[in-house]
Amino acid sequence: MLTSTGVVILVLIFAFAAFLLALPAMLGRREQRRRAAAGDGPDGPDDGGARLEEQLASSRQPFRRMRDRWRARRLDDDTWDDLEETLLLADVGVPTTTEILDALRARARREGVRDADALTPLLEAEITASLDHEDRTLHHRPGQPSVWLLVGVNGVGKTTTAAKLARRERDAGRRVLLVAADTFRAAAAEQLAAWGAMLDVDVVRGHEGGDPASVVFDAVQSARARGIDVVVVDTAGRLHTQRNLMEELAKVRRIVERFDGALAEVLLVLDATTGQNGLVQAREFTSAVGVTGVVLAKLDGTAKGGIALAVERELDAPVKLVGVGESADDLVTFEPARFAAALIG
Amino acid sequence: MFDTLSGRFDGIFRRLRSRGRLSETDVDEVAREIRLALLEADVNVRVVKAFVTRVKERATGAEVAQSLSPAQQVIKIVHEELTTTLGGEGGQLATPSSPPAVIVLAGLQGSGKTTVAAKLARHLDGQGRRPLLVAADLQRPAAIEQLRVLGERIGVPVSSSGTDPVEVAEAGRREAERLGRAVVIVDTAGRLQIDDELMGELARVTAAVRPDDTLLTLDAMTGQEAVAVASEFATRVPLTGVVLTKLDGDARGGAALSVKEVTGLPILFAGVGERLDAFEAFHPDRMASRILGMGDVLTLIEKAEAAFDAEQAKDAEQRLLAGRFTLEDFLEQMRQMRKMGPLQSIVGMLPGVPKELRDAEIDEGELARVEAIICSMTPAERQNPAIINGSRRHRIAAGSGTSSQAVNALLKQFKQVQQLMRTMTRGGKGRRRLPVPGA
Repeated sequence: MLTSTGVVILVLIFAFAAFLLALPAMLGRREQRRRAAAGDGPDGPDDGGARLEEQLASSRQPFRRMRDRWRARRLDDDTWDDLEETLLLADVGVPTTTEILDALRARARREGVRDADALTPLLEAEITASLDHEDRTLHHRPGQPSVWLLVGVNGVGKTTTAAKLARRERDAGRRVLLVAADTFRAAAAEQLAAWGAMLDVDVVRGHEGGDPASVVFDAVQSARARGIDVVVVDTAGRLHTQRNLMEELAKVRRIVERFDGALAEVLLVLDATTGQNGLVQAREFTSAVGVTGVVLAKLDGTAKGGIALAVERELDAPVKLVGVGESADDLVTFEPARFAAALIG
Repeated sequence: MFDTLSGRFDGIFRRLRSRGRLSETDVDEVAREIRLALLEADVNVRVVKAFVTRVKERATGAEVAQSLSPAQQVIKIVHEELTTTLGGEGGQLATPSSPPAVIVLAGLQGSGKTTVAAKLARHLDGQGRRPLLVAADLQRPAAIEQLRVLGERIGVPVSSSGTDPVEVAEAGRREAERLGRAVVIVDTAGRLQIDDELMGELARVTAAVRPDDTLLTLDAMTGQEAVAVASEFATRVPLTGVVLTKLDGDARGGAALSVKEVTGLPILFAGVGERLDAFEAFHPDRMASRILGMGDVLTLIEKAEAAFDAEQAKDAEQRLLAGRFTLEDFLEQMRQMRKMGPLQSIVGMLPGVPKELRDAEIDEGELARVEAIICSMTPAERQNPAIINGSRRHRIAAGSGTSSQAVNALLKQFKQVQQLMRTMTRGGKGRRRLPVPGA
């Protein structure tokens, strides 16, 4: 078995040796390329690009357009192709799309559906039904601070979501503490502190480059002493492929677990514009820190957030909240029926 | 980066290679697989359609039928089409005759504009074009502070005076003229492409400072929405290119494939890591090679030319070929190699590296430990590790703050690799590809 040191050395030498041995060949190839570049290059793009652009510009509401096309049309292969394309355009992804279509096909056959139009309510019902988690509430721990960890990749909106959550809880009459455990991104703590001042919520912060786990430990300890109800922890964004950073996050979770039962939620923030990579994010964060719920942020654009369908299908954790705007009160509970309607509408 | 996509293409091509002639059914099957692979990579549905149609047309045409190795020909076609889709010749930043050149960065919230501003500034600084950063994101709390901190880290001044983005941008431009900076990089607030008010504001900023380049930053993880975002921004401001961010994850980069095809905007740069130096010029043909698992030797050469001393490398090569490669050489090469950037990205650019190594998790901290161990050896030990006995091992471990086991592991691996090198180089100079260890 290779040790990690072994792997590093092996990789190094390999990289290095390959480089040395291949250098003459590579240089030769580059010369070739230079000559090729001087001569005739590949043909420029044809005008297909412009047509495509037109198509796309008019595709902002794919489902609506689809239904227009379906009016007074018989259900046929084209309808199904249309449906597949539009679900894919909403980022639902191939496996989930196939699953939905198969279920829908079976049902259409069973019920003898003949008109394309009649598919719409069935599709909506199918999507709603597939979002079948019952409990989408955020959990509290009576008699002690409930710690909510916010996790996710860079730039999905964790800090903004933390502020929105703090406002929601504060408005519900609970005592809230915000914790800036993002000690990596420059000025991340300042960003949260600015929100805290706006919302009149206390913010605990560590210094840049500090250990996030120790910031969280101190925060939860002081929350206990001060009788805080909800501790919202904003962690640094990290790509799920960076093992060290994921390990750092697991450590934060373990620290919170030292306070018996305090860990109430681990919320994964997903950007609604995310494509199929969202599924990998959900998988990796779940295996590292046990995600208990998903927040679908930035659903106020034209993105449909179809990845949420795939994520719910794959994970045990439900989508709990959606972010639908920039202000602090634009965070609402996820409702499958409304989501399905919006996805199709 | 692009790992899943290259993984899938790898599978498709491997099956192809085992065939002789390609029947129409074979081509259909390949087309279907390519479609699936691209869709899973978040390539826009319509771009996929067009791409697959083109590949299919060419694959059933004469150029494949008459070829002796049809599979190879299909791979070539996919590579060419992929290069075209990714942006053909690629693009470059404008270089206006009278400085300062003005670059405005725009994009959705969280797409990485502020980080790109700093990375781009560092990149240009390295080319001798001294930049000025302008923090015109007055929306997000502490965004200005973030840019200030980053600016300080890379030693680039940051300007932000005024209460309105247009004012700030104009003041930034004047400041650059006053300071004689070559480039001004304006970081703007994140905005949704359908937010009319903010898009109007962005249009006023670009109207006021007349940028030579207006770049859209785009998250590599973006899904089908990417083309809508790019098209919409392009109608409101004079976009000249795209910067693709967060390409270091396992994002499949479908956005990259779609944007150029749909909007005609070239992808100019890509952000490939958290560090401020993890930023590179985007080359479509090289990226196509990388996606297809063919390595990216050109970028590697450029990085190597910047980091390595040619004379030393030649020396080392000779010792390597003669089987006289010592720990001393190893240490020297390792240090130079680290100057080329994160190891993982270097390995990703190499052709013919076995998948296990490509996927191996590389802890950069491990490198520091390896360096510490070698540094704790005497010159004699580095030349001839065989003399290292129990007590020497103990001293080395203590000196490097590691354990005897770690020292042992390093020595053992080094020995194995040395042997490997010997068998490899014995084949003579004609042999360029590396064998798979243990295969």
